[in-house]
Amino acid sequence: MRIGVFICHCGSNIAGTVDCPSVAATALTYPDVVFSTDTMYACSEPGQDAIIQAVKDKNLDGVVVASCTPRMHEQTFRRAVERAGLNRYMFEMANIREHVSWIGKTKDLNTGKASELVRMAVEKLRRNRPLMAKRFETTKRVLVIGGGVAGIQAALDCADGGQEVILVEREQSIGGKMAKLDKTFPTVDCSSCVLGPKMVDIAQHPNITLYTCAEVESVGGYVGNFQVTVRKKATYVDWARCTGCGLCVEKCPSRKMPDPFNENLCNAPSINIPFPQAIPKKAAINAASCLMLTKGKCGLCAKVCPVKCIDFEQKDELVNVDVGAIVVATGYDLFDWHKYPQYGEGRYKDVITSLQYERLLSASGPTGGHIKRPSDGKEPKNVVFIQCVGSRDKSVNRPYCSGFCCMYTAKQAILTKDHIPDSQSYVFYMDIRSPGKLYDEFVRRAMEEYGAQYVRGRVAMIYPKGDKLVVRGADTLAGTQVEVPADLVVLAVGAESAKGAVQLGEKLRVAPDQYGFFVESHPKLKPVETNTAGVFLAGACQGPKDIPASVGQGSAAASKVLGLLSKAMLESDPAVSRVNPARCVGCGKCIQTCPFGAIKAVQDRFGNPKAEVIDTVCQGCGICTVTCPQGAIQLEHFTDNQILAEVNALCPPKMFANFE
Amino acid sequence: MLKIAYYPGCSGQGTSLEYDTSTRAVCKALDVELVDIPDWSCCGSTPAHTVNHVLSAALSARNLAQVESMGMTKATTPCPSCLTNLRTASHKMDDPEFKDKVNALLDVPCRNAVDTQSVLQVLAENVDPDLIKGKVVKPLSGIKIACYYGCIMNRPPEVMKFDHHENPMAMDNLMALLGAEVVPFPLKVECCGASYGIPRGDIVHRLSGKLLDAARDVGADAIVTACPLCQMNLDLRQGQINDALRENFRIPVFYYTQLLGYALGIDRAELGFEKLCVDPRLALGRIKQPQQAM
Repeated sequence: MRIGVFICHCGSNIAGTVDCPSVAATALTYPDVVFSTDTMYACSEPGQDAIIQAVKDKNLDGVVVASCTPRMHEQTFRRAVERAGLNRYMFEMANIREHVSWIGKTKDLNTGKASELVRMAVEKLRRNRPLMAKRFETTKRVLVIGGGVAGIQAALDCADGGQEVILVEREQSIGGKMAKLDKTFPTVDCSSCVLGPKMVDIAQHPNITLYTCAEVESVGGYVGNFQVTVRKKATYVDWARCTGCGLCVEKCPSRKMPDPFNENLCNAPSINIPFPQAIPKKAAINAASCLMLTKGKCGLCAKVCPVKCIDFEQKDELVNVDVGAIVVATGYDLFDWHKYPQYGEGRYKDVITSLQYERLLSASGPTGGHIKRPSDGKEPKNVVFIQCVGSRDKSVNRPYCSGFCCMYTAKQAILTKDHIPDSQSYVFYMDIRSPGKLYDEFVRRAMEEYGAQYVRGRVAMIYPKGDKLVVRGADTLAGTQVEVPADLVVLAVGAESAKGAVQLGEKLRVAPDQYGFFVESHPKLKPVETNTAGVFLAGACQGPKDIPASVGQGSAAASKVLGLLSKAMLESDPAVSRVNPARCVGCGKCIQTCPFGAIKAVQDRFGNPKAEVIDTVCQGCGICTVTCPQGAIQLEHFTDNQILAEVNALCPPKMFANFE
Repeated sequence: MLKIAYYPGCSGQGTSLEYDTSTRAVCKALDVELVDIPDWSCCGSTPAHTVNHVLSAALSARNLAQVESMGMTKATTPCPSCLTNLRTASHKMDDPEFKDKVNALLDVPCRNAVDTQSVLQVLAENVDPDLIKGKVVKPLSGIKIACYYGCIMNRPPEVMKFDHHENPMAMDNLMALLGAEVVPFPLKVECCGASYGIPRGDIVHRLSGKLLDAARDVGADAIVTACPLCQMNLDLRQGQINDALRENFRIPVFYYTQLLGYALGIDRAELGFEKLCVDPRLALGRIKQPQQAM
């Protein structure tokens, strides 16, 4: 075998603390190495050209590049050796940046370690063999999970791109958090007027199938060929016939359950259409409060329904769909502020969340768009906004900034003045974070044109005094304590990951971060991809985001899906497990341990049980290879012999030393 | 019968004599035996820990060692300030290095094996509410009470480990059990100004004034407290506060043990109502006399 070694300087990233020419010189002494050199930037165009040239000039069979992490450039170099006419698996990478130069300061030690890592790569490469990818067809259909604004955008873009789309939403209507908002910043335009047409497009688009009141039950398969089961929950209304006339909603006598769409500010009837622009505009029964379903008497809705679509016997329904790609857009939840005892833990009625305030502002809200305090229905004059409730606060395990609260508070301060001209808003803030387009100007407007009083400091406590609430906080700019008598206190609550996100992530094999938000493949270069091929992220499920960012990500995820499904065939990674049937005793241990269900039991022609790997499902994790008692499964490209060769290169067996 | 080592604290010997006597009386009535700690000394009060943490802890540790010498593991004190010092010393001595420093100052080393609780916590957690209810002979119905815990009885929560640190309910529940109408008092754990009464009276006037104002605001006939210093600031200084703030507060400030003893029918002499500065008779007069069966 003829091996070429290239030691990358990475500018001063590696060369600063590693003697690269010396590593290159040492590499020339390793077995099978016929060519070795150092290069300024191996990943650059001249750097890659030099590798290709060397393969041709020196007639190389394999290439080792010692540079950064394989996560960064393994693909780059594999493509380069392929262009030089080699198989892409005849390439090995030694990480001498993250593993050496960035963590050690001593040049001698670093140089030695770099040489050893190169030796390891050379020993492995000597045992590499060419691998060929298999090609397979894809299902031209997309699953979008979550019908908020990000999911809506992704679904519409995919559908416009010619793909069939299945949109699954767990609430009764699509629209998500945005549908609950009154106005949006920084344009102060009506939220549902912007979102409404898009929601209608979803309902009318020939390529989109919409399942609301539905959740993803299970996900199997792999990129291009996912099998998904969706649970359509019983609504007790036959939606094929329901016209959304609302007669049943008017007549329903049970109104004891809080209305989730109105953030529990008022009660909702047991059979309900959540809001006037709901898509689909169909009624659904809340099984927990319906008198017929809980006590077996009433049934008024069934009597008044002109199309007889009420069905108290309805059951959940499971739907199986095959899709080629999945977009996750499950959004976020609001932080539960009851963890703040100093804000009353819910004891004071006139302390509400910003989303509740949004419902009070909304014309379709419980007060018809008039700001009334929950306790006595009076119009508040002094409204105090408290920022960073459940954001940037380690004490409640929410150290991150939720990003949009500064903006929506400014918007609400402006709207308060619009609704009640003689009102005064106070905003307690830590600092203002408004970096978007026209955002800072918007906050300035709240302060300067609308006279919102901004006080920098946290609020220590809220306590009632008479029919007012005293908000006590610090003004850290003036260095004094302040007390503001408030008629209404609005808590700008931060965002946290949606309920059930972690469980959904398990089904999709997408990892959550420590706060439950899904982790993207690369924070800068792959913001909507995940580490599971074919699964993409959009919107606040990846981290708190405002509407423009969510829509942008929805479109980005859609473009990734369209790119993926535009290929007629996909290639599978050939670095998967292989069973040696001669050694396999058919014990089935590998089948039990495989986390991806990639191994199945088969029979050979004599009827003996054997294991067989499903190439396209196998993720190449290698758990089966260490499980197999016979050593009958080997992971291609990472066989026992290759791993052992690496280990021996690092620490030569003592036996050799003793016998020499 | 529950047997607990009792640390009266210095104020119990003087400024809050009525708190001490009423505490002893109600505990006796509720089958809680208080055993005085022999030769106890001052816990260090406010000044000690502002000067030297080890020395301050040693003062408290000496008392804890005394409890250990009695062969007991549980102690109680009515005074939240003493409680804070005893518990903080104990908490800090969980660090062996700190414990060694403290023990170097003591004749008898402290093993740090004593759990100190406020009398309120003992009553709330170790006495069956039904037992208390059964012993009530004069229910407190008719009187509106604001329960005031003071700032250190429940805080910091990781040291005090009792009730809620922002909205404690133990005293509220106890008073409700006795038949009183407990009004929601929003400033339960606010500071009264504490020992600033001597160097900076104006601070106490402002802070305690706010408490009295809040109590009046929620319609309380009386404030009930568990802290000698709070009681003094609110009661003894109520006249000063009125002068300073041009107010006219006349809100009696009881120790919760006094009203508990009243409800249990304990002899007035042991409850020491006459030691209160703001005349409590109007408030006590609101308590409806029980229907006489005689």
